[in-house]
This record gives sequence, structure tokens and C-alpha cells, in this order.
Amino acid sequence: MSNRRNLRQAYGHALVQLGRNNPDIVVLEADLGKSTQSVTFQQEFPERYFQMGIAEQNMTATAAGLALVNKVPFVHSFAVFASGRAYDQIRNSICIPNLPVRICGSSAGLSDFGDGKTHQSVEDMALMRAIPNMTVLCPCDAVEVEKAMACLSYAAGPVYIRINRNDLPVVYPGDERYHLGKVTRLRDGTDVVVFACGVMTSIALGAAEMLLEEGISVRVVNVGTLKPLEQHSIAAEAAGMSGIVTAEEHSIIGGLGSAIAEALRSVRHGKIEFVGIKDRFGVSARNYEDLLEHFGLTSEAIADAVRRTLQP
Amino acid sequence: MRDRRTHEDLERIAWNLRAHVVRMIGVEHPGHLGGSMSLAEIVSVLFFFAMRFDPRNLHDPNRDRLVLSKGHSVPVQYAALVELGVIDSSEMACFKTIRGMLQGHPDMEATPGMEAVTGSLGQGLSIAFGMALGLRSDERSSRIYVIIGDGELAEGQIWEAAMAIARYKLGNIIAFVDRNGLQATGATKDVFDIPYIQEKWQACGWNVHTTNGHDIPALCDALSWAHGDTQSPSVIIAETVKGKGISFAEHSPSFHNGALSQEQYDTAIAEIEAVRRSFA
Repeated sequence: MSNRRNLRQAYGHALVQLGRNNPDIVVLEADLGKSTQSVTFQQEFPERYFQMGIAEQNMTATAAGLALVNKVPFVHSFAVFASGRAYDQIRNSICIPNLPVRICGSSAGLSDFGDGKTHQSVEDMALMRAIPNMTVLCPCDAVEVEKAMACLSYAAGPVYIRINRNDLPVVYPGDERYHLGKVTRLRDGTDVVVFACGVMTSIALGAAEMLLEEGISVRVVNVGTLKPLEQHSIAAEAAGMSGIVTAEEHSIIGGLGSAIAEALRSVRHGKIEFVGIKDRFGVSARNYEDLLEHFGLTSEAIADAVRRTLQP
Repeated sequence: MRDRRTHEDLERIAWNLRAHVVRMIGVEHPGHLGGSMSLAEIVSVLFFFAMRFDPRNLHDPNRDRLVLSKGHSVPVQYAALVELGVIDSSEMACFKTIRGMLQGHPDMEATPGMEAVTGSLGQGLSIAFGMALGLRSDERSSRIYVIIGDGELAEGQIWEAAMAIARYKLGNIIAFVDRNGLQATGATKDVFDIPYIQEKWQACGWNVHTTNGHDIPALCDALSWAHGDTQSPSVIIAETVKGKGISFAEHSPSFHNGALSQEQYDTAIAEIEAVRRSFA
């Protein structure tokens, strides 16, 4: 897994690609264009790029207006502001009328490691998942970002896409057919299944490798679409497994763990363990890896959770 | 602009709208009466004089649009759509019912002729901004009209949008402030006084004109004035009376979202019908 790529850059380039193919795509930014990489779109399509200033609520409802005259707006901010600062605008102006607005929550999770609690989103997926009509994406690497983005030109209704700030190992197969909602098995195993998204997918693959040495066979499934969740696919991946572990860079309340538990509610299944942020805010750190370790978002933590599911 | 309707026609239509609103809200059901009554003349002038709006072609991309940012006053917009034949008058009896198409706040999926979802205050001007930006980029000449409440001006997002619209030089946006001086819990000056309203809009880069919001010729003149500048947005501060046309509801915050007793309902209808008869 030495091949690492930056998700923001992949996003920015994918956005330009979409812009070339669909003249209705417009981009709104709130003074974070370099961080979100929406600036790449500005360079190629300055007339379709609208600087909204540091005013996320106006930006988000403006996107609703653009969608009402048949544009496909992509709005950008850090995930914590994109989802939280403009929650009411997303809910009322965009999701009630089911408008095709794309909300890019960039520097998501803990990936803006230095900026601390105010800039790290631990609850954005929970907020977005709870709104009717909303699609929620959390790609695991640059390849999945590109594949997801290719679906966003014409997908119906609103979409929230959560983009990590950093370089992450490339783990999603380039030749894998993709659709929104796709549940992708990245490694097969027979004892325990780990459902993961975002940065935790590559970390879960590391856990599976570690556990192999102990004779525990782990299946790793990437769940890049948290909503709508393909319930039958989740049930099929969990069938016959002694344990189920979820791994997310997000609060264990309302995110992937909750979504998987909801999906399995009416089928018999093994013991479930959640790996995620335990109802806490973030904190500043000097580097991303230290921060992930501080919150127990590591291969070791996933391996521990796998072992716990196998205990009687 | 349509010129075939006289000022008297527009005035008569305004009173028709008032009658529809009272019948829609009915007896013993809370309804946003006061703020609907204050808008009757403005909505009449917009739909029946100013706006390019074909009731038989609701999706015409070149139509003008009305975004009712103070979405709670939607009964008066429904009333206009009934007058235009977009909504069947029988729907008024199903106002705010589960299966009815006339929801408590604007719901564009439920109701034909509605342009946006509003009701969470402060968002309509931003929605209008997005529409205007998109239509201008498509080189369409449509205008976007927005109606904002004076209490709603406390929402910070209004001023975010006001600054952004002026920055983008969108002369195709014309806003009305329904300055009826009352909000849900009392007089605006007591609840949350917002001084220097005109100066605030001017400072944001808007043309500002203040007029009597119940004076049809004055409203028509104000619109002609607003249409004169295609480079800057314009706002018309409309001095209005909340509950206008119903003696006991005028100037009364109780009828922001109050219910009418049978007696009050009968009085309201009688008063409005008396004015309507005066046009015949």
C-alpha cells in the first residue's frame, strides 16, 4: 500500500472533468477554494465559479436557487461548516424540494489535524444521514473519489460527499464497476467482517493482515455510500460471520456503525463492535497519524475489536 | 408588464385575495392571517400586473418568479394562484390537511405554481439570488421578486444575501419588505427593533424606495422605478398594516397565526365583502 494519493486533488480534478462534460455544473465557494481544491474549477471555468465569501448559509441556499433554474451546483466548505453551519439551509431549501445540489464537506473527520475541535467534523455524517432525500458518500481513497464524482453529474437529489484532506493509500480497485450505494468487498475472509469507510478502509485492511498471523480470517468491506445503504448487500456480507466490526473516522453515534446496525436489524448476525470516535470532539495534533492513534482509529484498535467479537 | 388591468382591477383582485385567505383559514383553525392580509395589494400587483407568469405554462423558463421568503404568509399566494386558475378553488377547503395540496408553508412539490420551499425564515433572498444568477448566465431576462417580512430582517442570512446580490450586480432581483411593524410576539420595535432599514439596504448596495404597500398606483410606480435599473438590485419598503381589511385584526399581533371564532369569521367576511361590493 505504498501508493498514496491526495483526495482533495482527486476531487478538484474530477470536478473539472465533470464541468467539461456538463455545462450546467456550477461551483460555489466560501473562501476555502485552495483547501477544498475547488480552485481547480475556477481556473478552467471562471464564469461558472461563484465566490460567496465567508457566508456558508447564503451560499447553501443560493445553491438551491441555482438548482431551481436547472443548474447542478457544487458547494464547498470544510465538512464541519458545510454540514453544520448550513444545516437548516440544506434541510429546508435543498432536501425538502429534493434538489440536485452537491455538498462537498472537505477536510472531513480529523483530517484537518492541526486545527482542532472547531474544524474537525465528528458528526457530519450523522447530521446528513438523518435528512430525508439526502445521499451520503464517504470515499476511502482518490480512486473512489473519482468514481463517485463521475456519478454526480446527473444523480437525482442532493448529495453530501465527505472528502479527506490528506494523502491516503490507494486501495479501491481501478477496474471495479461502481455505482452510488455500492458495497465493495476489498478482501475476503471467513471469521469476522469489517465494514469501513473513508480513511478507515485502508486501516482495516492493515488489521486484516495483522490478524491473519493469529489465524483469524477477516473480510474487509468498503461502504463508501452510507445512504442509501444497500441493506441486502450488507446482510449478505455479514451472513455466516462470527463477528461484525464497523470502522469510521466519525462519532460512533449516527455514522457508519449506526447505519450497519440499522441495516442488520432484521437478520440474525454476530456480535457487533464499533470502532470510531466515542462521543467526543477532536483536538489539535502535529500530524494526522498521531491524531488517529489518539482516538483509537488504528489497525490495532480494529484488531482488538475483531478479537472481542470472537470472545464468548 | 401587463397594462390591460386598471388600478381598480388590481384593487378589486387584492380584496378577492383577502376573501380567499379568510375562507382558506376558516373557523377555529390557526392560520397566518395578519401577514397575508398585509400583502394583498403587493401580491395583486405582482401576479396581475408586473410578472411575466402564464398560468397555462407554469414551467416556462423565461417566466418571472416570486419567492415568498416570509413563507408563513403563503395563504395570499395560494389565493392568487386560485384567482389565476392554477389551483382549483375547491382546494381552499383542504388548506393544511394531510392530503391537501395547500400546505402550511410553501411546498413546491405539493403545490403547482410555487417556486421554492420557504418557511424557515431568512432563506428566500438567497434562493432568489441563485435563481437570478443562473438565469442571467443563461441570458434570460426573467426577474425574481422576493417578499421579506420586517421581523425576518433579524435573520443574518438576509444581509449575507443582500451583500452578495449587490456584489454580483443582479438588477433582475426586486425585493419587497412587508413593513407591517408586527411579528409573532409583538411590535417589531419592541421585540427586536431594526433601525435604519433603508440605510442598511443602501449600505449593502441596493436601490431603496419606500411606499404605501396598500396603494396600488404607488406600488405600480415603485415597480417601474425598480425596473429602471438593470445593474443594481432594488428593494421596495412597503409600509403596510398587518391584518389589513379586518377591523379587529388590524395592528394586532394576535392574528399573526390566530384562529378566528365563528363570529370573527363572519365579521371578517362581511367587512371584506362590503369592500368588494363597492367595486361592483
